[in-house]
Amino acid sequence: MRGRGARVLGRGGVRRQETLASVSCALAATCLVLALGAVPPARTQAPIKIGEINSYSGIGAPFTLPYRQAVEMAVDEINAKGGVHGRTLEVLFRDDRGQPAEAIKHAQELVAVDRVTLLAGGFLSNVGLAISDWARQHKVMYVAAEPLTEALTWSKGHPYVVRVRPNTYEQGRMLAEKAARLKHVRWAAIGPNYEYGKRAWETFRDRLKELEPGMQVVGEHWPALGKIEPGPYVTAILNQSPDALYVSLFGSDWLAFVREAEKRGLFQKMFVVGLLLGEPEYIDPLKTEAPEGMLVTGYPWYDIGQPAHRQFVERFMKRADREPRLGSLVGYITVLSIAEALRRAGPDPDADRLSAAFRGLPVTTPIGTITFRAIDGQSTMGAWVGTTKLDRKRGVGIMVNHEYVPGERVLPSDEEIRKMRGGG
Amino acid sequence: MSASLLLVQLLSGLAHAMVLFLIASGLSLIFGVTRIVNFAHGSFYMLAAYLTYSLAARLSLGGASFYAAGLAAALLVGLLGLVVEVGLLRRVYGAPELYQLLLTFALVLVIADLVRWAWGTENLTGPVAPGLTGAVPIAGQLFPTYDLALIALGPLVALGLWALFYRTRYGILIRAATLDREMVAVLGVNEAALFTSVFVLGSVLAGLAGALQVPRQALTTVMDTAIITEAFVVVVVGGMGSVFGALLSAILIGVIDAFGVLVLPRASLVLIFVVMAVVLIVRPWGLLGRPGGPDAAGAGTTLAADGGRVPRGLVAALVAALVVIPPLLPPFALWLLVEVLAFALFAASLHLLMGAGGMVSFGHAAAFGLGAYGAALLMLQAGWPMPLAFAGAPLVAAACSVVIGFFCVRLSSIYFAMLTLAFTQIAYAIVHQWYDLTGGDNGLLGVWPPPWLAPPLRYYYLALLACGGGVALLALIERAPFGLTLRAAVYLKGSVFPESLTVGVSIQPLVMVLLGGVETLAGAPVGAAVYKLLDTVVTRYTEYWQAVLGGILILLVVAFPRGIVGSLRSARR
Amino acid sequence: MMLRVRDLRKAFGGVHAVDGVSLELPRGEIRALIGPNGAGKTTLFNVLTGQLAPDAGDVWLGGERLSGLPPHAIWRRGVSRTFQITATFATLSVLENVQVARLSHARRSLALLTPAGRLEVERARALLALVGLAAQTERPAGVLAYGDLKKLELAIALANDPAVLLLDEPTAGMAPAERGELMRLVVGIARERALTVLFTEHDMDVVFTVADRVLVLHQGRVIADGTPAEVRGDATVQQVYLGEGA
Repeated sequence: MRGRGARVLGRGGVRRQETLASVSCALAATCLVLALGAVPPARTQAPIKIGEINSYSGIGAPFTLPYRQAVEMAVDEINAKGGVHGRTLEVLFRDDRGQPAEAIKHAQELVAVDRVTLLAGGFLSNVGLAISDWARQHKVMYVAAEPLTEALTWSKGHPYVVRVRPNTYEQGRMLAEKAARLKHVRWAAIGPNYEYGKRAWETFRDRLKELEPGMQVVGEHWPALGKIEPGPYVTAILNQSPDALYVSLFGSDWLAFVREAEKRGLFQKMFVVGLLLGEPEYIDPLKTEAPEGMLVTGYPWYDIGQPAHRQFVERFMKRADREPRLGSLVGYITVLSIAEALRRAGPDPDADRLSAAFRGLPVTTPIGTITFRAIDGQSTMGAWVGTTKLDRKRGVGIMVNHEYVPGERVLPSDEEIRKMRGGG
Repeated sequence: MSASLLLVQLLSGLAHAMVLFLIASGLSLIFGVTRIVNFAHGSFYMLAAYLTYSLAARLSLGGASFYAAGLAAALLVGLLGLVVEVGLLRRVYGAPELYQLLLTFALVLVIADLVRWAWGTENLTGPVAPGLTGAVPIAGQLFPTYDLALIALGPLVALGLWALFYRTRYGILIRAATLDREMVAVLGVNEAALFTSVFVLGSVLAGLAGALQVPRQALTTVMDTAIITEAFVVVVVGGMGSVFGALLSAILIGVIDAFGVLVLPRASLVLIFVVMAVVLIVRPWGLLGRPGGPDAAGAGTTLAADGGRVPRGLVAALVAALVVIPPLLPPFALWLLVEVLAFALFAASLHLLMGAGGMVSFGHAAAFGLGAYGAALLMLQAGWPMPLAFAGAPLVAAACSVVIGFFCVRLSSIYFAMLTLAFTQIAYAIVHQWYDLTGGDNGLLGVWPPPWLAPPLRYYYLALLACGGGVALLALIERAPFGLTLRAAVYLKGSVFPESLTVGVSIQPLVMVLLGGVETLAGAPVGAAVYKLLDTVVTRYTEYWQAVLGGILILLVVAFPRGIVGSLRSARR
Repeated sequence: MMLRVRDLRKAFGGVHAVDGVSLELPRGEIRALIGPNGAGKTTLFNVLTGQLAPDAGDVWLGGERLSGLPPHAIWRRGVSRTFQITATFATLSVLENVQVARLSHARRSLALLTPAGRLEVERARALLALVGLAAQTERPAGVLAYGDLKKLELAIALANDPAVLLLDEPTAGMAPAERGELMRLVVGIARERALTVLFTEHDMDVVFTVADRVLVLHQGRVIADGTPAEVRGDATVQQVYLGEGA
């Protein structure tokens, strides 16, 4: 040792101060905890509190702000009309950071400390499942907004969870039914390496195989979520020379993939089917680089004729000073659904009354009436299926020749659901 | 596979490798000279990408806008590096080296929120590089000209660095400082100026890498964490501090990654970590590193753990408080306390590795997560009653740790840390993809305690017993039972997720230990309590929790450069 | 007086490694610093070169106060040292090793980005010739024989044209014959350049043949300071030091 800043520690010192530190920290902690717990319980005329957990940072962060803006808009609109049973709605937003464990911590805190009446939100599937499982155990109503995994309402479903958005099974089926008409034989797939990516492909493939038994799978590719280095994937896909490619990539992975695929001529060589890729969330950031001619599910808000929807878009754009995303529509419908269920559940809602209220609940939304099914709590909100095209005036990709497919058309029957729940 | 496919795949891998090289060379350089494990390197990279995006839109230089913006962004990030080094890092060079790591971790949080605040969270696609937008046919396939340009640029940068290192006097200093920085200081070189210049140079390289990614990738607020692990892997495989090792390993990893796409499509999560583990087992100091070279964990070894024997009366008082007060607390406070207790034990066991064993483990999460999975699986699959599964968890973790430890303990310092990281990632990938057993990324749900334990208060006492006993045991034996980390909180949350195995979770307890102070076991639980409570309180009141938490961490590090307990002790002297 | 130390103190926790040391070294004197293990010799060196800040006391070089200056500033004022454990840069060439030490003269940072000038390289070569390493200038330091490494260290220490040379166990680990050779080299250079030398050493034969005077440290305090003969005859020294089997 040649005196390298010698960090030798003394051994003789009394350890009292260290102990003092430990004890004072523990006391500080205790005070803090007491303070957290000291929030008084809700009184009858107090607002009805909704605990909203979503990925405001982390991997889901790019998609949740337009959702939140629409949630706030819906709450303000409902409160302006006098709220529900004379009580206003109040939403407490919490950031799950894209981590299930974090989401559960918030669920605990929202219910125990803030005394929320129900939980809502969720973007990532695994976060949604985690909140749902906690809600089942603690008998708290959870209204899942955006998580897509079908397990949420089916194999892992329970009375205290409902979901607003159409799940992967429904959307995969919608696409398969259109794609089957095109008679492509050789199929390849690429998706993020986690459950959503794989299930999204499997539901599509299975349905397509039913309709077109001659289809073949020539390649499957699973880049790590959020970390794609697309060049090698594009080359690999090109060399498998499929007739068509199914894509369940999203977010930054999809954007990077498009750039590399365009330069290497992938879109000229095969037909592409993309789950969700017509949603403004995923097509707008590409601006004029958006590939044309893809079969996608999405949200052509610029082109939906119903007056109620036009007014929704107008109000949203005025308020948020931006164009809506699908998340905005889902957020808006989520709050409308919660308000409707609260009305039906009566002035003193608890989890069981809310659960009962949601069964078969019709909700009037900007895109027509949707129903929360009695059997599984899945809403019948559908999706738009169409083809992508560049709108050179606006400088973004849009959907053309689109059709709204309501959930009823693709959802499995009650009989099948019972089988899934029994067997799952 | 045709020859043309192999050629194009090789080129694709090389283009990726060049970006990896740029970011890793800066990281390696900074580590080599200053011994700082700079977690904020990825943040600098992200910031440069966003700056390039904004500057390119504002500059009106026609085709040159993108290139001018990229250069300006890299230089701006270099300037930020200057501010960070002079304003923050320099204040803690005297502290154990790991505190610099804590500081850079805090910077990651602050910069992440800065980007979120300035550019929003939505994905952005930046400009393409004018003049390099197309593709040229190579062996019958189209290959992007931009990637070709990258493949040419990488060696140019490497050559420039080589000339700097071997043909200038500054280069001799840098190479000398990489070998023995304290001796360089004794030889009359102004160490502070050298460190600053190297930190700035490294930051500029990170900035350059970020700017060059703009035409290839989308900008996201998670770019920083997405790249940093990969960059560390490249640095470690190449040999810490060796810039040319970084080049070699970037090429190796880029190319293996590209061919992995063809051969092992499902291995994308784990491939490069397997490469790292193999390299480190065969050549523990990396490809071009030197045996017995730079030693980042020196802080751990020079800090003899002195056990921190707390007077019995006060321990008794604390235990009494933890036993008596909880019945007065609301359920959420109990949940929070259980979490603090679990992390206190987790941090304490990590402290033992660091303090007594002199090892920094980035893979501690593996033990933590495997313990959690072990308990959950024993309960769900084997149908064990909960208390039994609870006791079985550490055994599962210990068994895995023995295997990992067998390969790891013969390494020293940073390589040990990185190999534990590799095993953690491998464990993560297995858990993530083994759906049937582990539920994949959805985790294991429904792991709830039996009804007699369900009331939070009863559960709290069980956790107190387990964690308190664990900490006491650690204090007694002063050894590192890797697997003693059992996760009590698992049961209150009722589920286990692969996230519990990730590097992020490994960093958390490291932060806790450092925050409390590595010098004493008492520091770990204090650090755990402070971190968890800060986290919980801050997230309640602001959506910019990362910036606030990071800011508080920076203040704490600058104010308490030896950890809270350590600083209080020396203040008394 | 070349080097003057007044009441220097340095403690670690409760241990007083250097406990009120005062000493004066006239120009050109070669003084040995001896004492049992843990006497505080290395700590004293570290304080003198600025690697450790003293708790109290001053160090003066000529008329200039050194204590409180950072290591590189002390080096530039002409105090250089070698280390107990051989410290060279293994993968740098022998010549580059000496260049590192000479670079402190390049004050302007831009000058650092240019290749070393001819004059600069010539000086480094001359130093290496002086210590007998002229034939090995291009080899990496890591492959040198142990004795040659010690010579390289000496060349590095001489690179800033020092006034005071602090040698921490210069012959540690060498064979007895080599020790004599190295110390003759040191003495020759020191006499020729009128260098002031303070060195620690375990080998008493070396101490008593080379040193003009000997200073004995025990538990951080000076217990004797005199000619080799005086120290050899000192009862206290014999009791605490020579008695311990040296």
